[in-house]
Amino acid sequence: MAAVAETGSPRAAVKAGSMRNDRRRALVWSYVFLFLFVIFFLTPPIYMFITSLKSSAEVGAVTNPWWVYHPTLENYISLLTSPQYLTFFRNSAVVSLVVVVITMIISTLAAFSLARMKFWGSTTLATGVFLTYLIPETLLFIPLFKIFAFVHDTFGISLINHWWVLIIIYPTLTVPFATWIMIGYFASIPKELDEAALIDGAGYFQMLTKIFIPVALPGIIAAMIFAFTVSWADFLYPMAFTTSADQMVLPAGIVTTLIKGDVFNWGQIMGASLLGALPPLLIYAFLMDYYIAGLTAGATKG
Amino acid sequence: MADVLAQTSGMAAARPRSGMRRFAQRRSTIALLMALPLIVLIATLVIYPALYSIHLATLNRSLEHFVGLANFKFLFNRETFWMVVKQSCIFAITAVVFKALIGFCVAHFVHNVPAKGQRKWRGMLLIPWVIPPAMSTLGWFWLFDPSYSAFNWIFERIGIPSVTWLGDPYWARFSVILVNIWYGAPFFLIMYLAALKSVPEQLYEAAAIDGASWWQKIWYITLPMMRNIISITILFSLIVTFANFDIVRILTSGGPIDQTHIFATWAFKLGIEGGDISLGACVSLFMFPILAFAAVFILRDINQRGNEA
Repeated sequence: MAAVAETGSPRAAVKAGSMRNDRRRALVWSYVFLFLFVIFFLTPPIYMFITSLKSSAEVGAVTNPWWVYHPTLENYISLLTSPQYLTFFRNSAVVSLVVVVITMIISTLAAFSLARMKFWGSTTLATGVFLTYLIPETLLFIPLFKIFAFVHDTFGISLINHWWVLIIIYPTLTVPFATWIMIGYFASIPKELDEAALIDGAGYFQMLTKIFIPVALPGIIAAMIFAFTVSWADFLYPMAFTTSADQMVLPAGIVTTLIKGDVFNWGQIMGASLLGALPPLLIYAFLMDYYIAGLTAGATKG
Repeated sequence: MADVLAQTSGMAAARPRSGMRRFAQRRSTIALLMALPLIVLIATLVIYPALYSIHLATLNRSLEHFVGLANFKFLFNRETFWMVVKQSCIFAITAVVFKALIGFCVAHFVHNVPAKGQRKWRGMLLIPWVIPPAMSTLGWFWLFDPSYSAFNWIFERIGIPSVTWLGDPYWARFSVILVNIWYGAPFFLIMYLAALKSVPEQLYEAAAIDGASWWQKIWYITLPMMRNIISITILFSLIVTFANFDIVRILTSGGPIDQTHIFATWAFKLGIEGGDISLGACVSLFMFPILAFAAVFILRDINQRGNEA
């Protein structure tokens, strides 16, 4: 651009210069607004962090709430030594990891079958899978509650107030979208690859494990991240189906047990929330591209 | 001669074809088996409960007698119900409009800065979406605290009267919508950014040569090119926002005096906390129309894509 301006006529140089000024002005304004939006988007987590470093006395004192005068780690220490909080964390971790495994097994098999093998009604099923993703959990929790009560009455299996029941119902949140992501990735694998595998005498299962899963690995990682973050963050199902503190997962546990009585220990609540948000944040920090691929897969595919 | 030839070739073809058919049958059986876990899961834990909730909505409180539409009639006569309908619509529409606008603008700002820095900005701007909403809402709850609100502390310094964020019905409505926008806008940002990147640069160059202003570029190039993604993102977000639970539940639990209840939180209050399962099911069923509406549009979109491909 600069070279053109130098060699061109003076008139052109002026024009190019004004265009460059325009562009620079646009850039400056972009930075200004980006900065403002970053402040808006990051204020709550930063304020949570500030509060989590304060003792209860400092939280209650009339000082500048945006500054820590006597930083302390006592909130984090007491959280990490509290058996209750560690139980929440363990429940959350077990539930999320098992749900990821279940989701991946169900959705990889289904996506392979729907994207490649086809059977009567498979196209309808693929669309149906996507539509079930749109049925919100807020529509399902009341009938599920009643169904669980019914199961208890007839089979004597108590499903209410057990953390493992979340393992059964979370896949309804994760499987449809994970399948949808995987169908997209599987469908983009060239047909020649599976023909070559068939000629070499591979069975369908080998085709899936030796070709599809390795080739579509980015999609699988994206789907796993999606499944993990959804089951880590869900709030409604644990609120509806677990009641006693030792059966709770993090989001419900923090909200119901730490907020009690008139005196809220805000430093501890904020620390607990931040620690609870740490696993998804870490995954996001290290696997940002996969995370975003999973987010945008539904809309930009095709 | 020709007949015979056709016959023999037909016979030759017939054998592989019947073999092929068996093959295909086996193939489709395997395919069905592979998809079976998915079908069972969706049928038992999504479709069945959804239909069951329609049945539940027609039973009386003790779930023993069929009462037809009496529950709906009861709801229609309650003032709270209409308030919840109104609040759900205000909540969902306002939040989605602002999420879409903010997402669109911020996506442009990010797209404007040099490619090297984009990753960093995008990384920071997506954080609200990554933190589990239940936990970040607790942070907001503390920011809105009646006696220790950190916002009010700033307002006091610059001489603005302090605000009762969650105590006053109007401010409470404002607050739940604000938190929802904060949480959801990054999703729009990411979607739009991906879409912006897929618009060919040549179109803008051609427009620049024709002397188009930036506004014309957005109106005649960006918006038409992104139309599909914009509409599908808005539909998605409309469903999710309409069915939102976490934010309202944690911030206000529907208060003050039920003014901020939306369908999901009210259904939870009636059905799980109040023990009136049929009435709760009834309330949650009102999320169905918006769902059906969205489904029609999305199906059309999927079909269109199928035809293009």
